[in-house]
Amino acid sequence: MIEGILIGLSTALTFQNIFMVMIGCFFGTIIGMLPGLGPMTAIALMIPITYGFDPATGLILMAGVYYGAVFGGSTSSILLNAPGVPGTVATSFDGYPMAQQGKAGKALAIAAWSSFAGGTLSAIYLLFMAPSLSKVSLSFRSPDYFALMILGLTAIAAFSSKGQFLKAMMMVVLGLMLASVGQDSLSDITRFTFNNMNLTDGISFVLVVMATFAMSEALTIILKRNDPTAAAKQVSLTELGSIKIDKEERNKMYKTIPRSSIIGFLIGVLPGAGATIASFLAYGIERNLVKDDEKEKFGKGSVNGLSAPETANNAACSGSFVPMLTLGIPGSGTTAVMLGALLGFGIQPGPRLYMTNPEIFWSVIMSMYVGMVVLLILNLPLIPYIARILAVPKNYLIPLILFFSITGIYVMSFNNFDIYLMIGIAVVATFLRLYDFPMPPLILAFVLGGLMEENLRRSLLLSNGSWEFLWDRTLTLCILTTTILIVLWHIYKTVFKKRS
Amino acid sequence: MKLIKSFFSVLFSAVLLLSATTTSSIAIDKIHFVIGGGAGGGWDGTARGTGEALTKAGFLKSASFENMSGGGGGKALAYMINTKPENTVLVQSTPLVLRSITRHKGYVSGSGTLSYKDVVPIAGVIGDYGAIAVAKNSPYKNFEDVVKAYKANPSSIKMAGGSVRGSMDHLIGALAFQAAGANPNDVAYIPYDAGGKALAGLLSGETQIISTGLGELMGARDQVRIIGITAPDRVSDAPDAPTLKEQGYDVQFVNWRGFFGPPGMSSKDKKAIAKMLGDVQKTPEWEAVRARNAWVNIYNPDKKFVKFLKTQTKEMTALMKKLGVI
Repeated sequence: MIEGILIGLSTALTFQNIFMVMIGCFFGTIIGMLPGLGPMTAIALMIPITYGFDPATGLILMAGVYYGAVFGGSTSSILLNAPGVPGTVATSFDGYPMAQQGKAGKALAIAAWSSFAGGTLSAIYLLFMAPSLSKVSLSFRSPDYFALMILGLTAIAAFSSKGQFLKAMMMVVLGLMLASVGQDSLSDITRFTFNNMNLTDGISFVLVVMATFAMSEALTIILKRNDPTAAAKQVSLTELGSIKIDKEERNKMYKTIPRSSIIGFLIGVLPGAGATIASFLAYGIERNLVKDDEKEKFGKGSVNGLSAPETANNAACSGSFVPMLTLGIPGSGTTAVMLGALLGFGIQPGPRLYMTNPEIFWSVIMSMYVGMVVLLILNLPLIPYIARILAVPKNYLIPLILFFSITGIYVMSFNNFDIYLMIGIAVVATFLRLYDFPMPPLILAFVLGGLMEENLRRSLLLSNGSWEFLWDRTLTLCILTTTILIVLWHIYKTVFKKRS
Repeated sequence: MKLIKSFFSVLFSAVLLLSATTTSSIAIDKIHFVIGGGAGGGWDGTARGTGEALTKAGFLKSASFENMSGGGGGKALAYMINTKPENTVLVQSTPLVLRSITRHKGYVSGSGTLSYKDVVPIAGVIGDYGAIAVAKNSPYKNFEDVVKAYKANPSSIKMAGGSVRGSMDHLIGALAFQAAGANPNDVAYIPYDAGGKALAGLLSGETQIISTGLGELMGARDQVRIIGITAPDRVSDAPDAPTLKEQGYDVQFVNWRGFFGPPGMSSKDKKAIAKMLGDVQKTPEWEAVRARNAWVNIYNPDKKFVKFLKTQTKEMTALMKKLGVI
């Protein structure tokens, strides 16, 4: 194996491959920043170009675009509340509030360092455990995924403090309702499509995010333009704030990053989850682990709350290479496209790939270290310039956000209906925002709810309709018990606090 | 940053303009491909690969592509029927036949269920056979073992597939069990939302067999044992995979991919494009595209194609009635 690693290292460090990593990271960052444009489309379109290279170089380039996009996606999440890729939605929960408090530079720096650490740590996990990780990929069954989604839903607690519980729950229900639109995932029956074929494929996640975050945020700002506090805020935003992370914040990150990178990596390794789920879970779990005073800050600009999902999404991104390379199983659309390219090169993925094609397997992993350094160098010095976007007067910035949201959604599907749908959802979301309804629970329920339903119904099919699957397997039972303990702990503490 | 953004806005408008330009000329030297799904999907790869081979081999001066997602391809189909664009072809596959059998109605005002008859079938060009596989460490060595186990205890066999009930993946497995004398409706089918997830389900041990396209299994060939494919003969890309036919189960099924013209396309144009699609398959340019996608050439032009579609519709209707999905 050492020999293989050395072959990989020497392949990854050739001039051509380092150059490819840089190109991939650069384009990935830009694609990530632009809302709507995702790594999958970019990689699909660049496949014909990669056939001119040898397989390792091609894969290194594609991998660079992939993690570059997840790295860069946090920028628009933090600055504009407009997540560039689905994996960075959770970043905006705390990143955007932080930027609104005049700490945009700091938020971007925390995100960049967390991404760097998440990516690098998971490349280390890959290095030491890749051959045995394929077993982890296959250890999860439908009931376990169902339990995992329930665990993820406990993150909603982060948005239900201070008497907001009812409102958060109403947003959860709304999210679940939106998730149920379209063809039923198991039986071909269409639900809530009103005989409109544009709805049969369901509502896309990116669309819901763009409508409820970017667009409705922009519309809210327009509606509140005469609010004197908003004007004062605008002045304070032109100050970028320090990009230096102070000692206290660094200490928080030292605790968050290791655990979030492990959570993110393990979720990334599972073919049925992915970077988006990983970031949500890491966010929710992090909130359960921090001290009470930090917990209060979640959703309002917490350092831990920003660092956790940013670490996890990059870690998950590296983790998703495990099932693709060692089993030939793609866990997401992006890895499916990469797997197709790999097969096109005549490479057979499998548990022995790290032995049969060490130059490919190990060079991709080694290139990740290079890629993370490249991304850090690319992103950190640019922060002061990129953050200045907040200093753009709102009457220029708002139309720009609206323009990019609309074109972003259009180039995803080339379907006008999606634009109308997005505007419709954004208008409703704007009213809800004005009445202080939190948006993150809607997004969480939208993503997790769909998967939860699918896995629950599949579990029931597999167990011939019996509910025994809930306790039949140790893994399912463990996850469910953890979930119940978390909920009971919360209830206990609320009751206890009220008494004292 | 503003500079970057403005640069990209220019780029976007350029892309949009390009994709909006439709071609019109007398001799067919340009073809516009309408794709009913996003970049990176099967339809997208077929259209872009065919267009690339046609232009590189000199059959066309240029090929343009337009992705039009929505309604599982229904949006693009409705576009072809309603606007009848010139020199434009639509890429489609077996789901076109399936959607005409199930109740996908009302996509074009005034019409009932859409079928291949509403567009002009030009030619089928490539295909993917169905395959049934087990995990490498499975006790079942061939399809007969699976059938025996099923007959002894029907609930011992769960069949994974990468799409909903009544989809192609489901039909492939159902056809096989039907040929083995079982009631296909009694076989437990476990749907997943993508082929890769179904594969993960099989390998995690929650299902015993998987029924899907052969192409879906190629990436995981080291982890699975293919115990039956729906081809008439063994295929060169997977010579170890036995056919169901050679095991005594008379099952043949191919997920074809082909091209369709708008209603009212002249017979001359249709024949010209069909010939072009056939001739290109003899060129090295096509072979390069075919090999990197591991496609199986199944050229099926014009009247032969229509006849094939008719037979497939009949067979699938009978099966789907048995399965109770229509």
